[in-house]
Amino acid sequence: MSLHTLSIAELSAGLARKDYSAVELAQHFLDRISSSNPALNAYITVTAERALADARAADAALAAGTAGRLTGIPVAQKDIFCTDGIRTTCGSRMLDNFISPYDATVVERLSSAGTVLLGKTNMDEFAMGSSNETSWYGPVRNPWDLSKVPGGSSGGSAAVVAARLAPVATGTDTGGSIRQPAALVGISGIKPTYGRVSRYGMIAFASSLDQAGIMAPSAEDCALFLQAIAGFDPRDSTSVDRPVPDYAAELSTPVKGLRIGILKEFFERGLDGVTGALVNAALEQYRALGAELVEVSCPNLPLSVPTYYVVAPAECSSNLSRFDGVRFGHRCENPRDLIDLYKRSRGEGFGAEVKRRIMTGTYVLSAGYYDAYYLKAQKIRSLITADFKAAFEKVDLLIGPTSPTPAFGLGAKVDDPITMYLNDIYTIGANLAGLPAMSIPCGFDGHLPVGVQLIGPHFGESRMLSAAHAYQSVTDFHRRMPAAYV
Amino acid sequence: MSLTRTQVERMAHLARLDITEAELPVYVDSLSKILSFVEQLSAVDTQSVEPMAHPLEGESQRLRADDVSETDRHEKYQLNAPSVSGDLYIVPRVIE
Repeated sequence: MSLHTLSIAELSAGLARKDYSAVELAQHFLDRISSSNPALNAYITVTAERALADARAADAALAAGTAGRLTGIPVAQKDIFCTDGIRTTCGSRMLDNFISPYDATVVERLSSAGTVLLGKTNMDEFAMGSSNETSWYGPVRNPWDLSKVPGGSSGGSAAVVAARLAPVATGTDTGGSIRQPAALVGISGIKPTYGRVSRYGMIAFASSLDQAGIMAPSAEDCALFLQAIAGFDPRDSTSVDRPVPDYAAELSTPVKGLRIGILKEFFERGLDGVTGALVNAALEQYRALGAELVEVSCPNLPLSVPTYYVVAPAECSSNLSRFDGVRFGHRCENPRDLIDLYKRSRGEGFGAEVKRRIMTGTYVLSAGYYDAYYLKAQKIRSLITADFKAAFEKVDLLIGPTSPTPAFGLGAKVDDPITMYLNDIYTIGANLAGLPAMSIPCGFDGHLPVGVQLIGPHFGESRMLSAAHAYQSVTDFHRRMPAAYV
Repeated sequence: MSLTRTQVERMAHLARLDITEAELPVYVDSLSKILSFVEQLSAVDTQSVEPMAHPLEGESQRLRADDVSETDRHEKYQLNAPSVSGDLYIVPRVIE
């Protein structure tokens, strides 16, 4: 059986026709996980029993005629989303023993849509990383080449979808953590507008940037799942109360006449030659589809990375203060006093990159430095956002590379934080401005996939998804699979 | 921008992080690099620019009505606590 090669829509149709049951479908993916996960290290926790129970419930709904479009579709959850009664680690030793007492809204919504939970995916610790090498559970390997990283921080979700150990996975994106790994493993990934998807129960990293999204082979798959998780949630104070369009219905909107802006700044610094050529070929493809391409400039965009590395660490240092060794999470042995309990619990529970960011954030927020760093960075965020706003007065979407290079080798960038941070040079801008953005596969550099990025105006997910879908209707990069996992 | 050991020790203390002797020089080096890297922001003229308050224009933090909306689930929550006694979280003695 090759159920893992089917799209969400095809799987859904097959379940409705009773070509296979939801239990058979779940078992198919569980078998693939058993054989391939040990080498990829993409799942931290596999929830086999839960998956089969969910699948039996889905089969009952299918038999009773109460099934929805996603009933019986297996899904992997990034281990940053709280799952009631299931270990939720966030890739950290700090939460190695944490059994979440409640479900995140994203988890709850996918459960009520009838999906089947396969497990929790590996990730950079607290989503801080661009290679999945900061995980307490070890690095994830790229299914296209086991010596390469899958990107991060949603590296596990990226790898499980690329190797088809799940048809779809959730991710989160604070500075590129959905789009960069999607590009590096050759799948599609969408980061919606800030506030579009509830973050209740999604462990916080940088609250003015964090957003949940979907990773799957195609834009169509992403649209179907985004539909299920998007929408207002009173439990997240940043959730926006605004109607959710029918993303799947709007997928067929033609590209003809669409104005796409080529982001000048994305083609200037540090872009690898082959990646640039493949992205340029994607631009030509859009031109052939009838889009109008114009060059646009966002002059402050090159300040994205330094701006982010003030804002994100500052917010993380505040968010991660909740991990105190008292109420949940790791506690050191034999604390001498309360300060010793805090310091050693946190010192032992957090890995090096997380500690580095907490200390950076503590520094930029400390007395006398707030204006020079955080306030300054928030002002530059206003400049970057204004650049995007001006660009969207001229064009419907922006386009550029997702990542400056294809997947790099494990260990290649771990010693130099700045080199690692520059992986996100093209993705961070959308987070700073709260814009929706996605990456879709646009070709191969040798055996390694390359992604092209689309950025839309606030709440422009539909137009972005339909543009991605149009490209995928005339290309097959999103259908390619690494040979070892076909 | 170069941080001293004392500054990094101070940050670690403020952030309640125990840093070993061996780790300290590594953090001195990488934190100095990061702060040098973000230093470029100071060259940008932001005199007439308002700091961003919310990524979405016109949006602000919503407030809910001051009604009881949560039930008491402390027993379930305390299952994750490293040390409890009765309904209390246990920490080392704070007041002698």
